[in-house]
Amino acid sequence: MAALIDLIAQPLSHPFMVRGLVAALLVGVVCAILGTYVVLRGMAFLGDALAHSILPGVAVGYLIGGGARGPLFWWAMGTGVIAALGIGAISRRGEIKEDTAIGVIFAGMLALGVALISTARSYSVDLAHFLFGDVLGVATRDLVLTGVFGALVLLIVFAFYKEFLVLSFDPILAATLRLPTRFFHYLLLVMLAVTVVISLQTVGVALMVAMLVTPGATALLLTRRLPAMMAVSAGIGALSAIAGLYLSYYANVASGAAIVLVATALFGLAFLLAPGRGVLARKVTERAHPPH
Amino acid sequence: MQTLLKQYHEHDAGAPSIAAEGLVVRYNGVRALDDVTFSVDPGERVAVVGPNGAGKSTLFKVIAGVLQLNGGRITLYGGSPERHICVAFVPQRTQVDLQFPVNVRDVVMMGRSGRLGLLRWPRRRDRRLVEECMALVNVSDLAERRIGELSGGQQQRVFIARALAQEAQLMLMDEPLNGLDVNSQEEIYGILDELRGRGVTVLVATHDLGQAARCFDRVMLLNRRLLGFGSPKDVFTPELLGQAYGDRLRMSELPDGALIWSDTCCNGGHD
Repeated sequence: MAALIDLIAQPLSHPFMVRGLVAALLVGVVCAILGTYVVLRGMAFLGDALAHSILPGVAVGYLIGGGARGPLFWWAMGTGVIAALGIGAISRRGEIKEDTAIGVIFAGMLALGVALISTARSYSVDLAHFLFGDVLGVATRDLVLTGVFGALVLLIVFAFYKEFLVLSFDPILAATLRLPTRFFHYLLLVMLAVTVVISLQTVGVALMVAMLVTPGATALLLTRRLPAMMAVSAGIGALSAIAGLYLSYYANVASGAAIVLVATALFGLAFLLAPGRGVLARKVTERAHPPH
Repeated sequence: MQTLLKQYHEHDAGAPSIAAEGLVVRYNGVRALDDVTFSVDPGERVAVVGPNGAGKSTLFKVIAGVLQLNGGRITLYGGSPERHICVAFVPQRTQVDLQFPVNVRDVVMMGRSGRLGLLRWPRRRDRRLVEECMALVNVSDLAERRIGELSGGQQQRVFIARALAQEAQLMLMDEPLNGLDVNSQEEIYGILDELRGRGVTVLVATHDLGQAARCFDRVMLLNRRLLGFGSPKDVFTPELLGQAYGDRLRMSELPDGALIWSDTCCNGGHD
């Protein structure tokens, strides 16, 4: 028992681990809750694109600031909101299919970001941080910003719960109820951008989409109503964050990757074992009622 | 916050449910609706029939106020459609995301969200109304079921309950009876009779001409233009049906003189 407590407590003797853990928890929960809408509305690709589109903004801030960490958050936030509004505008016009348009733009933005960062001297280390996160380098100031903006996103999810529910389940109903559908569409995209920005340091651009969709997808297999799905998703996000960080500490693997691997493993378990809807449950039902 | 919502139109006394004048809708330059003029009174039950691509869904979207007109004018109860929240669109089974984590009660409660307004949560009155609406269409025992676990007929009844919770005065139903067994169809017609008693106007798009003739006050025969609108006897004539369907319609006469039509264009498709 004492050994177990020691196992849990020992990493917490490093302040950077404590800050990392708090950051990962905050990000894990916010991503998982907003992620339920990403899963239900099929916005995974869009979330991925948004994350990649932020890179050039971060790169410009990085070059101008000479590597200073402080202003980077605001550069990322500005780029993220502009990218969200831009993607929203693209998805309304019909000349090129939406996913094609998003693909073209986000690959281009990513390339621009990489090109800009590559002009700096310590390019490979910094690029790796942007792509895969650097949760152990989180400063107290970053934690405050993450907390404030994360709380704001969750507040909006809660306040407009019934509107987002109607809009996601039946857009025609939302239109006939005269809800401001376009406003809510853009609002959701901006919330997504803010969430991506606060998660950037924890998991990085490349693994962002996993934080958004994996806990939500797992929760969808395990629950029957949206409030329960959000709660279970948040739990899975938190668990993945904590277990992932300990895994990264003891197994000495990259922390963002460890968090995502834990979340993926939990999804795999649910996919196989979920009561009623998992692979195993369906096999059992099939054996009891063989198809004719 | 409430200023995000438009002001709703008070119904003018004595105004028709729908007054449409010379409606024109174009998609990429092709006319999906061409000079359509008609009027429907409160409490009427109208079947809208026509071949695939006749503009039935387009007409419904115009009435619901979610599609802009290229010409003409339409009013509901004396006001423009987008100023009403009393228009309900009952979707087809295929338009519903069956994986969505909502139960029957959640779906019916969605009908309240327009009247509730932004940033307001359902109160006791809303919850009571939702229970009443579920009881009316006989889905109370299904309240806790996930929407994807229901049969087609049960789903249709849930969406009618949602329209009732919305306090809809005008219901637009797109092929509501598609793929339902006879018993479920009978149940839905029973509910529609009940709605007529409450003064609810119902428009139903259907491919089943026999049912349209048997169960509706008036039928609207549409093929981009309005070909006929009146009692089934006046509209379902060989000339008008020929104009609408061309040779895509089989007509056969029974020994007792009744005509049987069958729409050969599809089974359960939609335009």
